[in-house]
Amino acid sequence: MRNVPLFPFSALLAQDELKLALAVAVVDPSIGGVLVFGDRGTGKSTAVRALAALLPKMQVVAGCPYQCDPAEDGAGCVACSLVKASGGVRTAIEAPVPVVDLPLGATEDRVVGALDLEAALTRGERAFAPGLLARAHRGFLYIDEVNLLPDHLVDLLLDVAASGENVVEREGISIRHPARFVLIGSGNPEEGELRPQLLDRFGLSLDVKTPQDLATRVEVVKRRTAFDRDPRQFVEEFAAHEAALTARLRDARLRLRDVTVPDAVVERAAALCQALGTDGLRGELTLIRAARAAASFDGELTVGEHQLKRVAALALRHRLRRNPLDEAGSTVRVEKAVAQVFAN
Amino acid sequence: MSADAPDPAAVWADAALAVELLAVDPFALGGVLVRAWPGPPRDQLCTWLRELLPGPLLRLPLHITEDRLLGGLSLAATLRTGRVVAEQGLLAQADGGAILAAMAERLEPQVTSQLCAALDRGELTVERDGITAAAACRIAVVALDEGIEDERVCEALRDRLALHLSLTELPPGSAAQEAPDPARVERGRALLSQVELDDEVAEVLCQTALALGIGSLRAPLLAARVARLHAALEGRTRVEDPDAAAAARLVLGPRATCVPELDEEQSEQPPAESEPESEPDDTTALEPPDSSEKTDPKKSAKPPLEEIVLEAAKSAIPAGLLDALALGQAPRSSPRSAGQAGALRSSTQRGRPAGVRPGLPEGDKRLNIVETLRAAAPWQQLRRRERQDARPAGVQRVEIRKDDFRITRYKQRTETSVIFAVDASGSAALQRLAEAKGAVEQVLADCYVRRDHVALIAFRGTGAALLLAPTRSLVRVRRSLADLAGGGTTPLAAGIDAALSLALDARKRGQTPVLVLMTDGRANVTRDGGEGRAKAAADASASARAVRLAGVRALFLDTAPRPQPPTRLLAAEMGARYLPLPYLDAVGISRQVQSLVEAP
Repeated sequence: MRNVPLFPFSALLAQDELKLALAVAVVDPSIGGVLVFGDRGTGKSTAVRALAALLPKMQVVAGCPYQCDPAEDGAGCVACSLVKASGGVRTAIEAPVPVVDLPLGATEDRVVGALDLEAALTRGERAFAPGLLARAHRGFLYIDEVNLLPDHLVDLLLDVAASGENVVEREGISIRHPARFVLIGSGNPEEGELRPQLLDRFGLSLDVKTPQDLATRVEVVKRRTAFDRDPRQFVEEFAAHEAALTARLRDARLRLRDVTVPDAVVERAAALCQALGTDGLRGELTLIRAARAAASFDGELTVGEHQLKRVAALALRHRLRRNPLDEAGSTVRVEKAVAQVFAN
Repeated sequence: MSADAPDPAAVWADAALAVELLAVDPFALGGVLVRAWPGPPRDQLCTWLRELLPGPLLRLPLHITEDRLLGGLSLAATLRTGRVVAEQGLLAQADGGAILAAMAERLEPQVTSQLCAALDRGELTVERDGITAAAACRIAVVALDEGIEDERVCEALRDRLALHLSLTELPPGSAAQEAPDPARVERGRALLSQVELDDEVAEVLCQTALALGIGSLRAPLLAARVARLHAALEGRTRVEDPDAAAAARLVLGPRATCVPELDEEQSEQPPAESEPESEPDDTTALEPPDSSEKTDPKKSAKPPLEEIVLEAAKSAIPAGLLDALALGQAPRSSPRSAGQAGALRSSTQRGRPAGVRPGLPEGDKRLNIVETLRAAAPWQQLRRRERQDARPAGVQRVEIRKDDFRITRYKQRTETSVIFAVDASGSAALQRLAEAKGAVEQVLADCYVRRDHVALIAFRGTGAALLLAPTRSLVRVRRSLADLAGGGTTPLAAGIDAALSLALDARKRGQTPVLVLMTDGRANVTRDGGEGRAKAAADASASARAVRLAGVRALFLDTAPRPQPPTRLLAAEMGARYLPLPYLDAVGISRQVQSLVEAP
């Protein structure tokens, strides 16, 4: 139904940190989601939506409403268990990685899934209509304006994202299905902030700023104008870049399990977290995971200090014990700590 | 150079031009923001739009519900037919045309976000009430801004609407000389895909946006689009000077947050440097250089593009901005402080849904239709069988019984609006102001956790100024607090009055206002801005009594180095809790505010 192509990811200018964060989340989905806050018109949504076109295809069980991985036994999935119980064979097919947009105004029944009204009304069947969480399994769930989403939905999403399973108990339906997805939230802090309690539930966070230098801005306008004039041709021009990026992401995912983290890097990460006084282990774990994914994305088999430096702010800035009024402060604090820790 | 008395003919011409531009490709431009009171000019504009837009122009009712906006379950059809029937919402119906939002400054934030999402994506995904649907939604928004004083159309929406017009200065009875021309629109549509935009034009538009203090990147992007559309309207396949000038006038000028330097300094700016390296052939071809001698001190042949564009943009800089600059108010904060998102959001919050339970919809309990249907659905076949004789065959109605009713429970959460009225006068300020700021910040930190709304009023000189309308954005509070300067006389009465009127507004929106007054209590300016300590004190105590009468909870923080009895008396007249600042630290103050908020 989309007759105008999307603006290609590789044609986005600047916003290197955003691109890195998304790449890291693609390479290692267990990192726990990305929170993108920033000014209006910085291409937050454009970047996330363009990501869909880049993702390498995945194998899914044909006919499974939860896109189960054929390599797994499917024990947690109702549909796959049924097939197995009846002695059937699960066939694998290739499918795109889902990038599900959680539209504003979505109701809870469509997010978690509910009784299939159509089936119930017309056939009197008590069937489950899977919701957006089912559709996002093994993919990405994108919430634009996450700060405007009703609090109870945000809680629910974070809970499912953390547990990897969606449990539905409503109107006589009792069902659970796997729902592992990378949550990507974006928003503009001027329109209302996210509850502070929710911030550190995201793996990575970043603030995007409008580029202020003239050259970049001019180039942005030029590219966008070229896209406006002839979207198809523009997409064509970037097709090679897109394909290369897809390949790079696919290789990085395959390489990830072989990437090692030297003890020295682990020590540095620990020192960094200590210097910043982050609470708990989650920060440190995310930091190392992100550095590992970044190394894999760089095509390396060992995590280096430069990768740690690059992802430090992404992984830590929202975990500082903060003065909530400090707007840009946390980024600066991470940078200072990085300089300090890596100086000796 | 300012636009204090715009030429009516020029205003009408721009209005007609805006209609033509929008008609060529509504979705590409996002739409038009029209500042206008209800009246003939506005009606004329809407009539033109209705005639020329390629799709419908649908009115957006101010308090439209989400299901009408987005679509969802059609209750009547579902009940009648016994199967799920979906219904299109207003957004999907407007596909190819535009949504007309009157009183756009009062739109609810959810509605604004939906409009913005539609403008960004050009398609609509609905996940509601058991229905999943996707529809094309390439729309424009015609936002009619009737805001007075601080009311403004939400920044997120303004940013996305390319064209900004103001019809408020048209004299009564003025009429358009020329209507938009459908033939030009046709030509524009045919030519648009061929129109080229030179890099130089893109550069100049970006430069001009920066020079006018426009931070958003959308502005130059939209300006480039408008320039291309304008060229297409004019029958050109390349953007030329008049196209860029029109874009600057309609897109960039109205968004200005500062007035660029005068021509003398312009030669230092990058534009002049980039000029020589650009190809000379295409610039000279645009206009005969010898047409008439321009009175340009720097360049002899013709004014460079950046000057044309900047001049065009300047002609459209809102008059209010220049006034604000003349008064020495921070130019950046005046358009930005329009942060109505917080204030508006509250108007809809009547508690949040907290689950559904069986029950009859009586009184203020609202029926949850979809859940009721869900409850009834499994029993339909049984019930139909029971009643088979009573009904003619083929008609399948959904039978709903009393037990099926489900109602939505709402958790009533009263919101708090904390209003700070800070004395920034000379007597209080300077040494105490920093301390007061520290206290405010501490209170803010707690407000943040409680998700309170916060407003900030400062008074000094002859009156009080609302620095920040109620908002939840602490970033903004912090910014305006940092900008707060001290000095001058103490118009205490005006300060209390302003705070009280804000508190009453908050109450009207269903919030609980809490007033925090920080002053040393030494009033020396009367309510009408006159001199006289005695009269000033009398006015202040009258204002204070009004607060007590209104029953607004208040906290009086005495910032004087040595608290005096009269100040305590004033606090008592106000019915406020009195706290002398010297004996309290920021945490203590915050605790006091907290206890006021929570008091029964």
